Amino acid sequence: MKKKKKLTINREWCKGCGICVAFCPKGVLVLDKEGKACWAHPEKCKNCGLCELRCPDIAMELV
Amino acid sequence: MRGNVRFMQGNEAIVEGALYAGLHFYAGYPITPSTEIAEILSERLPMIGGKFVQMEDEIASMCAIIGASLTGFKVMTATSGPGFSLMQEAIGYAIMTEVPSVVVNVQRGGPGTGLPTSVAQGDVMQARWGTHGDHSIIALTASNLQDAFYVTVDAFNLAETFRTPVILLFDEVVAHMREKVVIPQPGDIEVVERLRTSVPEGTNYHPYLMREDGRLPMSDFGGKHRYNVTGLVHDMWGFPSSDPKVAYDLIHHLVDKLEHRADFIARYKEHYTEDAEVLLISYGSSARSALQMVEDRRKRGVKVGLLELQSLWPFPGKTVRKKCVGRSHVLVVEMNMGQICQEVKKVVSEPEQVFLANRFDGVLISPTEILQQLNMIQGKGV
Amino acid sequence: MAVKDYLRERFFPQIWCPGCGHGIVMANMIRAIELNALKKDEVVVVSGIGCSSRMPGYLDFHTLHTLHGRALAFATGVKMSRPELTVIVPMGDGDALAIGGNHLIHAARRNLDLTAIIMNNSIYGMTGGQYSPMTPFAKKATTAPFGTIEHAPDLMELVRGAGATFAARTTTYHAKEMIKIISKAIKHKGFAIVEVMSQCPTYYGRKNKLGNAVDMMKGFKEGTVPIGSKKKANNPDLIERGIFVEEKRPEYSMSYLELIEKYRVETGKVVRR
Ligand SMILES: Cc1ncc(C[n+]2csc(CCOP(=O)(O)OP(=O)(O)O)c2C)c(N)n1
Ligand code: SF4
Ligand code: SF4
Ligand code: SF4
Ligand SMILES: [Mg+2]
Repeated sequence: MKKKKKLTINREWCKGCGICVAFCPKGVLVLDKEGKACWAHPEKCKNCGLCELRCPDIAMELV
Repeated sequence: MRGNVRFMQGNEAIVEGALYAGLHFYAGYPITPSTEIAEILSERLPMIGGKFVQMEDEIASMCAIIGASLTGFKVMTATSGPGFSLMQEAIGYAIMTEVPSVVVNVQRGGPGTGLPTSVAQGDVMQARWGTHGDHSIIALTASNLQDAFYVTVDAFNLAETFRTPVILLFDEVVAHMREKVVIPQPGDIEVVERLRTSVPEGTNYHPYLMREDGRLPMSDFGGKHRYNVTGLVHDMWGFPSSDPKVAYDLIHHLVDKLEHRADFIARYKEHYTEDAEVLLISYGSSARSALQMVEDRRKRGVKVGLLELQSLWPFPGKTVRKKCVGRSHVLVVEMNMGQICQEVKKVVSEPEQVFLANRFDGVLISPTEILQQLNMIQGKGV
Repeated sequence: MAVKDYLRERFFPQIWCPGCGHGIVMANMIRAIELNALKKDEVVVVSGIGCSSRMPGYLDFHTLHTLHGRALAFATGVKMSRPELTVIVPMGDGDALAIGGNHLIHAARRNLDLTAIIMNNSIYGMTGGQYSPMTPFAKKATTAPFGTIEHAPDLMELVRGAGATFAARTTTYHAKEMIKIISKAIKHKGFAIVEVMSQCPTYYGRKNKLGNAVDMMKGFKEGTVPIGSKKKANNPDLIERGIFVEEKRPEYSMSYLELIEKYRVETGKVVRR
């Protein structure tokens, strides 16, 4: 089985638009108190990469 | 002089000058009286591996030559008044981004569609101030075909030396008449090649970093350095900046690089000026009539001379001031309502002694008309 | 390489508003370039003026930020003198269709090998929300306070008529499709045009009460279908996505090189570059 990738979020670049949160098929992401994206439920993440592909600010990377 | 002697049309002499200087890319849109330049180049350029593109308009033409020049080639476009108006925004872009380029404007009557096939010199101020914002510009002209050849080569040389667009302000008479032209052998007259950076490849090249001698070496765009070009106010890396200090320095640089070298750029010819009591000042086709008038008068012992300007911008004010000292009258001969006459008045110590002999109705001013004007200002009656 | 490796990171975060679709287009354009295995030194990005046209400044390619509407004309000069380079032209809808409409038609007609990416947000974003040629009938803008009474063209039909040999449409919601389409457009030898429906939540969204960026992207999801979908028959308002034109026709810069070569063969003249 392929090793699961970790989602890294660049808080400096994230503008809190919520696109990643709204379209994550597994409800993994939330906006935190400061309005930045947060990988809140990593165990549910299926590594589909859609959040990264739709982030307008290149603030997410699955590594 | 050695060289290939040929009888040709003015527009052809301009083409020969451009090719001698190393023209490689031409983009243009047809307009009388410049069209022959495009027609001839559409054949000549592919013959030497160069490129000719007939664009959809003059805006696109100017933009295309800027793109091509950035990649490292010598470029030119040619047009007349209406097309020159369309090019102005992009000429400003070339000034701002410091891209060497040559723009031929074979002037015709204006404004609007004006007198499409008639001679005029009404675009002198458009060449100077046509684009928006503070800037400086080089504009050259000539009254005969041999000189048209030379100033065309010169235009390319100055464009490379100063990283700037250079305007060639010819007129319908010079462009359409036929004369003998000697095309020099390669190497007989100087051709300035592009100054390229010696910075090794990578991203450490600064497109707008001045050398000690004031010149800015270039790197062929799309080549070994990756850099940015923008028409916005930019820093030495070519990236946009809204820092007032950066803007101040940049605008100063764009103006000073030409205005401080105005003497170096000044080009003119003197005909019988040494002992002249009356000095005519003229350029382009009207200088032909002025010279004719001077030569006619000299035969009768009248002390009249001609200062023929070959560079109009930066205005060769120092030269003009010096040459006007001690004359009883100065008569500016031009084919507009006094665009250069105003500049002459600005620089001389006795502007009330400066007069205008002109026509702006599409007909070349004649030696007789110039003489009549002189007689009138001298109180001799017509 | 990661997307980040193609950026000039010192200029980030970028200036676009939160949720602006232009950033999604930029990132996926980079992914498409990566798919084509192009080196940074082989890629030129030429843009005009507009929010969309700020893109080149962020990219570590050869980048040229020009005049409003004129990017394709500048790009023509670059591509004709350096045909070996891959030239990509990101444009705004106003940039490409209003002030630059003439250049778009003629670039398509010549079939010069450029990849034009039109980021269609149906508005003039940079100048604060005036209507563009792509603003749909009756939609509002700062200069159409009662709803525009002008009609937007179908961009795909427009460029097909002009002679584009590749034309495709996608949206910022359909990110994977966007990468595939832009990648194909880059590979295509000839003039390729990709319309990406993009969201301007700040002006178009707000003026027309379309909600935030998320809502607008949901709109792209629900309001579009793949070309040929049966849904379209039942609901003609749906907008089709996919590749509308893909044809082979001699490419302009190559035709020009052939012309040079032909002359050389006929006359025996030596060609210098
Ligand atoms: C010659 C000229 N006219 C007008 C403008 C002002 N202007 C700048 S961007 C723009 C429109 C931008 O809209 P669009 O091309 O759709 O790009 P967007 O900002 O929406 O991405 C206008 C009208 C300009 N810069 N230059
Ligand atoms: S999509 Fe990007 S910018 Fe928007 S909230 Fe998520 S991480 Fe932040
Ligand atoms: S990779 Fe997919 S599942 Fe995981 S957080 Fe991103 S969108 Fe959600
Ligand atoms: S104004 Fe509109 S197009 Fe411009 S950056 Fe903001 S959201 Fe994007
Ligand atoms: Mg727009």
